[in-house]
Amino acid sequence: MNADEILQSFTQILRDLLGDDSIVLHPETRRSDVPEWGSFSYVSFIVAVEMQFNVKFTVAEVESFQTVGEIAQRTLALRGTA
Amino acid sequence: MLDWLVPPPSDFAAQLRAGSQAAAPRERVEQLIALAQYRLDFLQTIQLNRAMDAIGPKVGEILPRERVALVGSATLDHLVPGIRVAALQRRLWIDVHCGAYGQYRHEILDPASALHSFAPRTIVFSIAAAHVVPEILPGTSAEQVEVALQAVVDEFRSLWKRAREDFKASVIHQTFLNVTEPLFGSFDRLTPSSPWRVVERMNELLGQAASAEGVAVLDVARAAQADGRDAWFDGARMLQAKQEIAPQAVSAYGELLARILCAQRGMSRKCLVLDLDNTLWGGVLGDDGVENLVLGQGSAAGEAHLALQRYARSLKDRGIILAVCSKNDPVKAEEAFSSHPEMALKRSDIAAFVANWDDKARNLEAIAGQLNIGIDSLVFVDDNPAERARIREALPGVAVPELPPDIAGYTRRVADAGYFEAVGFTSEDRQRADDYAQNVQRDALRGSVQSLDEFLQGLQMTAVCGPIATVDLPRVTQLINKTNQFNLTTRRYSTEQIVEMLTAPGTLSLQLRLRDRFGDNGLVSVLILRSPDGRPDRLEIDTWVMSCRVFGRQLEHEALNIVVESARRAGVGEIVGTYAPTAKNSVVSDLYEKFGFRRMEAPTLPQGTSRWSLIPADYAPSTTHIKTEHT
Repeated sequence: MNADEILQSFTQILRDLLGDDSIVLHPETRRSDVPEWGSFSYVSFIVAVEMQFNVKFTVAEVESFQTVGEIAQRTLALRGTA
Repeated sequence: MLDWLVPPPSDFAAQLRAGSQAAAPRERVEQLIALAQYRLDFLQTIQLNRAMDAIGPKVGEILPRERVALVGSATLDHLVPGIRVAALQRRLWIDVHCGAYGQYRHEILDPASALHSFAPRTIVFSIAAAHVVPEILPGTSAEQVEVALQAVVDEFRSLWKRAREDFKASVIHQTFLNVTEPLFGSFDRLTPSSPWRVVERMNELLGQAASAEGVAVLDVARAAQADGRDAWFDGARMLQAKQEIAPQAVSAYGELLARILCAQRGMSRKCLVLDLDNTLWGGVLGDDGVENLVLGQGSAAGEAHLALQRYARSLKDRGIILAVCSKNDPVKAEEAFSSHPEMALKRSDIAAFVANWDDKARNLEAIAGQLNIGIDSLVFVDDNPAERARIREALPGVAVPELPPDIAGYTRRVADAGYFEAVGFTSEDRQRADDYAQNVQRDALRGSVQSLDEFLQGLQMTAVCGPIATVDLPRVTQLINKTNQFNLTTRRYSTEQIVEMLTAPGTLSLQLRLRDRFGDNGLVSVLILRSPDGRPDRLEIDTWVMSCRVFGRQLEHEALNIVVESARRAGVGEIVGTYAPTAKNSVVSDLYEKFGFRRMEAPTLPQGTSRWSLIPADYAPSTTHIKTEHT
């Protein structure tokens, strides 16, 4: 699994979560770039990523993520394939 | 969790899209219900919930629809999809209102709150122990702890009272998850002031108060004990989003709540249908012979089969009907019940026994017919995956739990699925299993006599009747909410709403018990007549229900005789009845006409609904074979 595939999965997760198939995530996408992606759905997104990739972020990490790319990188690292 | 459900199809997303695009709302709802039967994951549950939002406001014409409010101390919004999907699985449509974080007192007490304008029919209190329990220092005495905790529970009681009186809502209170850390260790159990003991004690006091007040509890504490604390509580989510219930538990939470909501509306399952070979016992009766069946002591598998039998018997003892549906020789199958020494179930425990080589779907329909219950009252337990798939396909209304590969897990799986959730336990429940046995005897009498008149006379029936008293309320509520066939209006009411009707001026109520020479059927019929427009001379039959167990006994005739006589004595000049058709109540479609009511002009009624009028002075009482005693 590489960063591109992770990003595609993230895109699908967020589409499912928000019911918006026009969403396309890029490494530099920020939460504020996606309308509807509030703090409630951010936590839901983190939950869905953790479930799908079988990883667990620390609360400090979840607070510090600025971009989707950072979440993808951390996911890869936790899966040991970075 | 939710292991009794089948995993979703790989094209779930495509099916959901197709379902959402169906033209007719009814078709869309049915497709969403079909998808709700699966073991959905976190995102699928959210997606299905969103598809529900798109159905539109007319869904109330398709499914029973209720407003449920969640109020509490933590974030609750993430619980909504799980609750709505679990209710949809049971054909109940729920609109949910979530109170703001920590605002439950204000929302209940302030008449201008959003909660008041939502007008919930059910209010669920979801309150974390940490939010309400005052700080208790390790040195606090047992008495002081008790006083502090009692004060917390007393506040709940007063909020429950407001919820019931101001909203006419029924109340469900969530038990406290015990997520405390050990302070002393094992010694915590011996120390009343230890955080762990405090929460355990809170749950005890909550249970006592709820039981005294007739409030239902949503026992997440029990579930977390079974599934493990980590399955229900995630400290990170509590910190990040103030979610007391962890996201991975929201489907299980919705499931527990939906069970209670459905039980309150009489929508729990009524009958457990069991396969025989490799389910109730190990081995194949026809091949192995009764002496070689694996059952009972001396074999681990045999004890597991026995455990399932014992569990079934416990269910029977609390009022669940048992049936057998097996591909077997009927004579040999029945013989096995009497001849195998290890059988915990007796043939007389089984109300409907079907053993043949026919399609099991047809046999399940026959069982439902024999017992006079709906096909959606059945739970079918069979070790054979092909039979399970067949029934799910042919009869989607029947609940068919997925079973683990090992018989050792069957009992727990059936129990975990919570098909028989109850919100009360009445003397009628205790009696029910025997009623079915008595009905078999009554049928035998019917076969032996010449005419129906002779049969009814031979039953030596006595109706014991009177107005609905407080002591009758649990059974009256149950009957009003569970009766589908002999139900003229199919209006469902909470206990609170029933009390409100009974105490309104002009209301006339009647409850009837029916005894005969074979036994007591218990409280089997209820009538509530209201005086809706404040005219004491005119009564409206708001509710008239009768248990299907006493169909064909003339009890409805006797009931109307009594009601009309009371109305006449009270100076009532007109009794008005409504028949509102449903999928299940066609048996009473011509009831008012048969009793001499005159059809009224009523152009604005929904399709099929009719209004009927009776002048008590003109009524000629029916002759019945029932003696009446007034309480």
